[in-house]
Amino acid sequence: MQQSNVSYSYSGSQVTLLVVLRILIGWHFLYEGVTKLLNPSWSSLGYLADSKGIFADMFQNWASNPNAVRTIDFMNEWGLTLVGLGLIMGCLTRISIFGGIVMLGFYYLSHPPMVGYKYALPSEGSYLWVNKNLIEIFALAVLYVFPTHQIVGIDRLIFSKKYNKSI
Amino acid sequence: MSDSNNISRRNILKAFAAVPVLGALGFGVLRKKNYDNDIRDQIVKELGISYDPPVLPTIEGVDKSKPIRVGIIGYGIRGEQLMRAAGFAHPKTIDQWREAAEKDSKDHRLEDFLAQEDLNLQFTGACDLFDVRAQEAMEACSNVNRKGSKEQNTLTCKRYRTYQELLAATDIDAVIIAAPDHWHAQIAIDAAKAGKHIYVEKGMTRTIEEVFQLTDAIKKSNVIFQLGHQGRQTESFIKAKEIIDKGLLGKISLIEVCTNRNSPNGAWVYDIHPDASEKTIDWEQFQKPSPNKVPFSKERFFRWRCWWDYGTGLGGDLLTHEYDAINQIMNLGIPHSCVASGGVYFYKDGREVPDVFQAVYEYPERDLTFMYSATLSSDRDRGKMIMGHDGNISIGGELTVYADQESTRYKPLIDKGVIDPQIPIFLYSPGSKRIDAVTSATAKYFAGRGLLYTYRQGKRVDTTHLHIKEWTDCIRTNQQPSCNIDQGFQEAITAHMATVSYRENVKVFWDPDKQQVLKGKSLKS
Ligand SMILES: NC(=O)c1ccc[n+]([C@@H]2O[C@H](COP(=O)([O-])OP(=O)(O)OC[C@H]3O[C@@H](n4cnc5c(N)ncnc54)[C@H](O)[C@@H]3O)[C@@H](O)[C@H]2O)c1
Repeated sequence: MQQSNVSYSYSGSQVTLLVVLRILIGWHFLYEGVTKLLNPSWSSLGYLADSKGIFADMFQNWASNPNAVRTIDFMNEWGLTLVGLGLIMGCLTRISIFGGIVMLGFYYLSHPPMVGYKYALPSEGSYLWVNKNLIEIFALAVLYVFPTHQIVGIDRLIFSKKYNKSI
Repeated sequence: MSDSNNISRRNILKAFAAVPVLGALGFGVLRKKNYDNDIRDQIVKELGISYDPPVLPTIEGVDKSKPIRVGIIGYGIRGEQLMRAAGFAHPKTIDQWREAAEKDSKDHRLEDFLAQEDLNLQFTGACDLFDVRAQEAMEACSNVNRKGSKEQNTLTCKRYRTYQELLAATDIDAVIIAAPDHWHAQIAIDAAKAGKHIYVEKGMTRTIEEVFQLTDAIKKSNVIFQLGHQGRQTESFIKAKEIIDKGLLGKISLIEVCTNRNSPNGAWVYDIHPDASEKTIDWEQFQKPSPNKVPFSKERFFRWRCWWDYGTGLGGDLLTHEYDAINQIMNLGIPHSCVASGGVYFYKDGREVPDVFQAVYEYPERDLTFMYSATLSSDRDRGKMIMGHDGNISIGGELTVYADQESTRYKPLIDKGVIDPQIPIFLYSPGSKRIDAVTSATAKYFAGRGLLYTYRQGKRVDTTHLHIKEWTDCIRTNQQPSCNIDQGFQEAITAHMATVSYRENVKVFWDPDKQQVLKGKSLKS
């Protein structure tokens, strides 16, 4: 894995805030995943069926195929959980961030907040083009280019022995 | 302590620094889960009702090996639907569905139809008074293999010009009657006399006298009779009965049911077929049982529901479905009295029957009022609502029970915060894996919009198919189906009470001893 040297020059408060941001996003993912795992009647079906926008056909097709729904349910339950664990623990963090961005990308594309789209599930705020999914995507992207997993996280042990020693 | 020890210890500390976060989350999740479980357990214990789907009655020992030979009488809008539900679609319909499915993979009509259980029926005879439809009926009746028009072109079904000839045929065991209301009683009585089993559409008869005549004829015969309220097969109605039988709503004082439509089609302004003429339609036969004879009229032939000579208005056409649903759930029976009102307020197109219609029924022995309210010019859906002192239930595709804010029974639980009158204490979405008192807001919202669970098993089941299946299963096992003549008697008398009240502008009463509908003067209850 490519190692950047940015981390050398973080100030204490920069490290703290970046790690806190990582853990908060991780918490969000993990709790979303765990509640789905714990609720046997949870399904992505309704969400998929309610898709709008240019990819709506694809998402709705998946909704009408029970096998696809089962697979998507499984991938969401475990994807959210594992990404959450990865972010909080700083374990395989870059893969987790990448996975998180992909999942959020799907959520964003299936329910884009465009003018004139109305969804069955009312959102708790008002959005135009930019919604929380999009912001979380870019927050993850920031974490990707300002990594902290080798400062606080299990990745310290997994990657770059040399770097750890030199601290 | 050595330096390198120090470093590796700090290393480990920094590697696992976030573990307490996981601990906190785990703790939080457990607490929330226990809290939810506690609430659910307490509610379940209090309600004593299972969260499983209702046990649907099944008929045991059905031997399908011998086909039942059926004749269709009346192949209009409903006749076509009934034939499809019985497994016989017109080849052109199959073509259209196939084309639609090729264009749009979400269009499952063909798939669903092909997946429908084969009831082993043969449609050997068809009768309709409009040549175009009679021809189509024969083609649909012959399509036993569910093929499109390229693969299916032999006719195996006979057309009869009159239903009497059809009833005289020896190769017919049973008939489906989907002619307009003014013909139901006469055709069904003659069918019973001819020993043919009967599936007849609602409203059961056009007049009160016919209700008695038909009931008499069926009781004297050995035929299996099913009235066309396919709502009998709706899962949520069966679950609602379970809930009400358990007394979860407390004393029920008011029931409100409605019809809301808002289109010309919904208001019975149907298209007039381009080939319709005096040559292609047997008008004299059509109007035979109607009290007033008029010259040939395409409007009357296709839009017969708008005239009292043929139809029964909102009372017979749509109130009957709503009433039958509640009668199924609560065994209401015939009411003590009825007052109805309304008018032609929107569709001033020459029709006689009102397009806005209200009927209020009293059941003093049950201490409750049953109220029907309908408009054909507003789509505002009001659902079915049963209101009790301890709770209320609204019934649609899904079923929702709320505790009443002022309930005596639930007061302790409301005070403790276990029951929140704003949140359903019971929610049932047919097809969902289970019913849940604490499902997420999301799931509830989707279910309420009918978005959920429609495709869960990959297919939707048509209630009309189930209703016909119940009828044929009963024929094969010699049993009474769910909407038999006794239920039909109650449906028809109740509906006619509203129609009479409206048309004669009187309050009407049912005298259970004399089995009579009385007008205008009070009966002691
Ligand atoms: N259960 C339901 O949900 C439901 C839905 C729609 C209609 N219906 C009922 O079905 C019945 C038919 O309604 P529709 O909308 O199909 O009407 P329609 O006018 O479309 O069809 C009636 C057909 O019956 C034929 N007909 C009339 N008199 C006949 C006779 N003596 N012998 C043979 N054929 C005859 C006519 O030629 C016509 O083709 C009505 O009683 C209606 O209340 C029930």
